[in-house]
Amino acid sequence: MPFDQYHEPPSELPAGTRTFARMCASIIEEAEAIGWYEQRLAVEPDRDARAIMRDAQGEEFKHFCMDLEFLMRRTPLWREIAEGILFQDGDIVEHGEESEEEAVEGAAARGEALPGAESLGIGGLRGKPS
Amino acid sequence: MSHLLRDQAPISEAGWREIDEEARERLAPALAARKLVDFSGPNGWEYSATNLGRVEAVPDAPGENLVAARRRVLPLVEVRAPFQLSRDELLDADRGAEDIELGPLDDAAHRIAVAENRAVFHGWQTGGIVGIAEVSPHDPIPLGEDCARYPRHVAKAIDALLGAGIEGPYGLALGPEAHTRVLETGEAGGYPLLEHLRKILDGPLVWAPGVDGAVVVSMRGGDFLLESGEDLSIGYDRHDADAVHLYLEESFSFRAVTPEAGFALTP
Repeated sequence: MPFDQYHEPPSELPAGTRTFARMCASIIEEAEAIGWYEQRLAVEPDRDARAIMRDAQGEEFKHFCMDLEFLMRRTPLWREIAEGILFQDGDIVEHGEESEEEAVEGAAARGEALPGAESLGIGGLRGKPS
Repeated sequence: MSHLLRDQAPISEAGWREIDEEARERLAPALAARKLVDFSGPNGWEYSATNLGRVEAVPDAPGENLVAARRRVLPLVEVRAPFQLSRDELLDADRGAEDIELGPLDDAAHRIAVAENRAVFHGWQTGGIVGIAEVSPHDPIPLGEDCARYPRHVAKAIDALLGAGIEGPYGLALGPEAHTRVLETGEAGGYPLLEHLRKILDGPLVWAPGVDGAVVVSMRGGDFLLESGEDLSIGYDRHDADAVHLYLEESFSFRAVTPEAGFALTP
């Protein structure tokens, strides 16, 4: 059974990180399938076959989006950056740079734990109820 | 694997969740300094010193016609509060027990929170930290035990801060004894003293174990800087047949860059 989704020895990874890695592998597979259907649709002349492929590609869109939502729920910083980029008009690269800068600086200002850190994640408490 | 060696402890994932959650619940109410001063980081365990942006001259540069200087930095201090938990209690937690004995963890959380508060508000000479109360240039006011006078004392402190050009909002760190007195007191007309003080401050009033008396600080930002290396974490030391020896740990530095932005109310 392949364990290609792990970059580090699985026995050393916490359960949450193993789940995260599985979902990352899953979203890669969904993206690949979307790309494959796009290529098949581009060359397939049969109308009925194209309809089935279009339906199948829609399934992959759904799977991709569910995977993405799961991953962002587990990674607040990812979600925060995504909120500044997705479904926005205008320059995508510009939104990306701005969103990343604001989200990363905001996380640091709140004293959030560094990725991979094992701290209690308490950080700064200004504005929290006393 | 981090230096905390958590993976080496005979503690299940559920046990660690229980321990970490208990620690957060005990620490958050007691970490008064973090509710009032600027917090930056965490910068990680490897982070060793805060940049002060200053240099000191080094007179004997190794060569002709050279000017040399050495950077000045503020080293971070490490604080560790050891504690031990019963292995039987942790096994019971795995069975679903809701009332496991975590008293030693609670004690350790209180000790380390008090240490952080004392360092920030009263200083820690051997740790190289100068506290807000000791560096304040304002003449302190005795707080006393007569709560009816507290609003007047706090108003005077704020007047002094405004006179020094220090704007609000302001926060008040109240030592445990003074805090209890404030909570128990209603003023004439039944208006709680707590609310009256909050209105004067235009900011929070926090329970501050480790603080003697009280300290008023400006919360406009940029005056008091608590920098975290490793934020509060729980690590593993060793275990035997009966107990697991753990510790709460953090590394930090603190600077009062605007001494006049704090005012001490002595007990």
